[in-house]
Amino acid sequence: MSQVPGRSWTDETIAGRPKKAVPEGLWLRCDACASMLFRRSVANNLWVCPECQHHFRVNAATRIEQLTDPESFDPFNEDMSPADPLHFVDVKPYTQRIEAAQKKTGFKDGVRTGTCFIKGRKVILAVMDFTFLGGSMGSVVGEKIAFAIEQAGERDLPLVIVNASGGARMMESGYSLMQMAKTAAALAQFDEQGGLFISVLTDPTTGGVTASFAMLGDLILAEPKALIGFAGPRVIQQTIRQDLPEGFQRAEFLQDCGFIDRVVPRSELRSEISSIIDYTGK
Amino acid sequence: MSTATYKANTSYTLPFEQPVLDLERQIEALESRDNAANFADELESLRANRASLLKKLYDDLSPWDTVRVARHPHRPQMSDYIEMICRDFRELHGDRHFGDDPAIISGFGRIGPYKTMIIGHQKGKSTQEKVACHFGCAHPEGYRKALMKMKLAEKYGLPVVTFIDTPGAYPGIGAEQRGQAEAIAVNLREMSRLKTPIVCVIIGEGGSGGALGLGVGDRIAMLEFSWYSVISPEGCAAILWKTVNETTNHAAADALSLTARNNLDHGFIDTVLREPVGGAHRDPHAAAASIQEWIVDQVRELRRFKPQTLVQRRYERFRRIGAMKAT
Ligand SMILES: [Zn+2]
Repeated sequence: MSQVPGRSWTDETIAGRPKKAVPEGLWLRCDACASMLFRRSVANNLWVCPECQHHFRVNAATRIEQLTDPESFDPFNEDMSPADPLHFVDVKPYTQRIEAAQKKTGFKDGVRTGTCFIKGRKVILAVMDFTFLGGSMGSVVGEKIAFAIEQAGERDLPLVIVNASGGARMMESGYSLMQMAKTAAALAQFDEQGGLFISVLTDPTTGGVTASFAMLGDLILAEPKALIGFAGPRVIQQTIRQDLPEGFQRAEFLQDCGFIDRVVPRSELRSEISSIIDYTGK
Repeated sequence: MSTATYKANTSYTLPFEQPVLDLERQIEALESRDNAANFADELESLRANRASLLKKLYDDLSPWDTVRVARHPHRPQMSDYIEMICRDFRELHGDRHFGDDPAIISGFGRIGPYKTMIIGHQKGKSTQEKVACHFGCAHPEGYRKALMKMKLAEKYGLPVVTFIDTPGAYPGIGAEQRGQAEAIAVNLREMSRLKTPIVCVIIGEGGSGGALGLGVGDRIAMLEFSWYSVISPEGCAAILWKTVNETTNHAAADALSLTARNNLDHGFIDTVLREPVGGAHRDPHAAAASIQEWIVDQVRELRRFKPQTLVQRRYERFRRIGAMKAT
C-alpha cells in the first residue's frame, strides 16, 4: 500500500458530499429532501428539517445555545490560539488558514469548552466546531479538551463532549497526533476518579477524534444519520475498490455494530443527557 | 544475540542510490576479471569511493527519501528483529473475541537478561504473508490482541516492548464494522495507565493513529531512517496539494516534520537509534544490536520505578505536548 488513509478536514469536501454551511437568505433547500424551507422555521426547529428530519450541521455557538440552559455557559480558555510549531506551509501558510478561520468563526480554534447547566444540572461541556478548519484537532483542541476533562475530575462534574471533526490537523503533524494520546490519557484519569463522560457524536465524527476521546464515552450517543468512522468513506473506497453498503458509517450502522448506545434526535438531546446524569447519580 | 539467519539483501535499489549501484557494478566487473589482482589499487579506491558516497547520500537524506528507506522492501521487519533479538520467543495469538490479526505479532520473549512481552506490526515478507498482513495495516482485532497481551504482561509484571511499523490502520468495511476507531482509542487510554514499563521502537513506518495505537510508552525511540507522523506524505499531498507526484510528496514530507530527528526535536520521542551506513537493510544485525542495547538499558531503568510512578510520569509526558499561545 503506497497511500495511507487521509483523515482530515478537507477530506470531507473532496469526498464529494459538500454540506455547505447553511446559506444566508430567507429560504434554504434541505440537503436531504431538497424541500425549500423557510429559514427561520428550520432554526426554530433546532436546525432539523421539518419535512424529513434531516439534521443540519450546526456550529458551536448554535449547539451551545440549543443544549444549555439560557445564559449558563461559562467558557474556559477562550483566548488560546494555535502557534504553528512546525511553520507549516502547503499551498498557503498554516498561519493564513488560521487567520481566515478565526475571522470566519470569531473564535480562536475549533472547540469551545466551559461549564454550563443542562436542565439545571451542572456539567463540563466541550463542543467542537466543524466550521473551524473542519473541526480538526491540533494542539489547542487537544489542550482545551484535556483541560476540560481535568476540570470535570477536579470538580466532580459530569463531562459532555459534542464531537464534530474531520480528524487530525495535518498542519500540526506530530503535535496533532499526540493530542490523541493526551486526551485519552486524561480520560483514563477521569475514569479512575469515577467520572461520567457522555460523548455525543454529530455529523461528521471521523479520524483522530473518533480514534481518541470521541469513542471513549461511558455513554456514547449519536445524532441520526451522522457520519462516524475512523477512515473517511473516500479513502475506504479507494483502498477496497468496491461500493460501500447503504448507510455505511452512519449513526444507525454504528448502533447496529454495537459501538454506540443510542441514536438520539436533536430535539431529545437535553432530556437524554439529563436523564443519564440522574441515572448515574453524578 | 541469537544465531540468526537474516542476510542483508541489496537487490533492490532506491532511485537516489543509483550512483552507488553504478560504482558497485564497476567494482564487480573488475573483480570478475581473470587479472583482477592487477587492479588491486583501482578496486580499493573504487570501494572507498563507494563507501564515502553511500555515507554522504545517507547523511543528507531528504525526508521523502527517508520515507523510501523506511519502506525499503528488504528493511528488517518485526519478525526479523524477533529472530535477531529475542531468545525463547513464544508467540501468543488472537484477541479472544474475533480472530488473530497477522498484522500484529505478540508473544513472550527474552531480551538480554529480561523476560518481556513483545508486540509489533508485521508487514509480511512473502507476497502471501504481505496480503494476509495487509502490508502492516492492522484491523481492530489486531489492536485488541495487542491490548490483551499487554494486560497479561501487566498482571505478571513483565515489561512491554512494542515495535511500530505500519503505513496506518486498515481502512476497510470490516475494520469499520468491528470498530477500528474504538479499538485504537481504547489502546491509547489503557496504555496510558498500564502498570508496567512500556518501551516503544519505531523501526520503519509510523503511520498516524495506527502507529500510536502501539506507541503510548515510557520510552520511545526511532530508528534513524524511519518516519512518524499524523499522515503519510502522499495522503497529505493528496489533501493539501490536491495532487500526488514526486514534487508534492517531497514538499509534504518536508512540511510534516516526520523524520526521527524532527520527532526528537519536538519531544515526541526520546532517542534516535543510529542505523548502519546505508540503512538497516544493509546490516540488519548491527541495527538489531543497537535496538537490543537500547531496550535493555531502558528496561533496566524503568524497572526501578513503582508502577504508580510510571503511570504518573507517562501521563505527564503526553499531557505537556502542545503548542498554543494566548492572544
Ligand atoms: Zn429535508
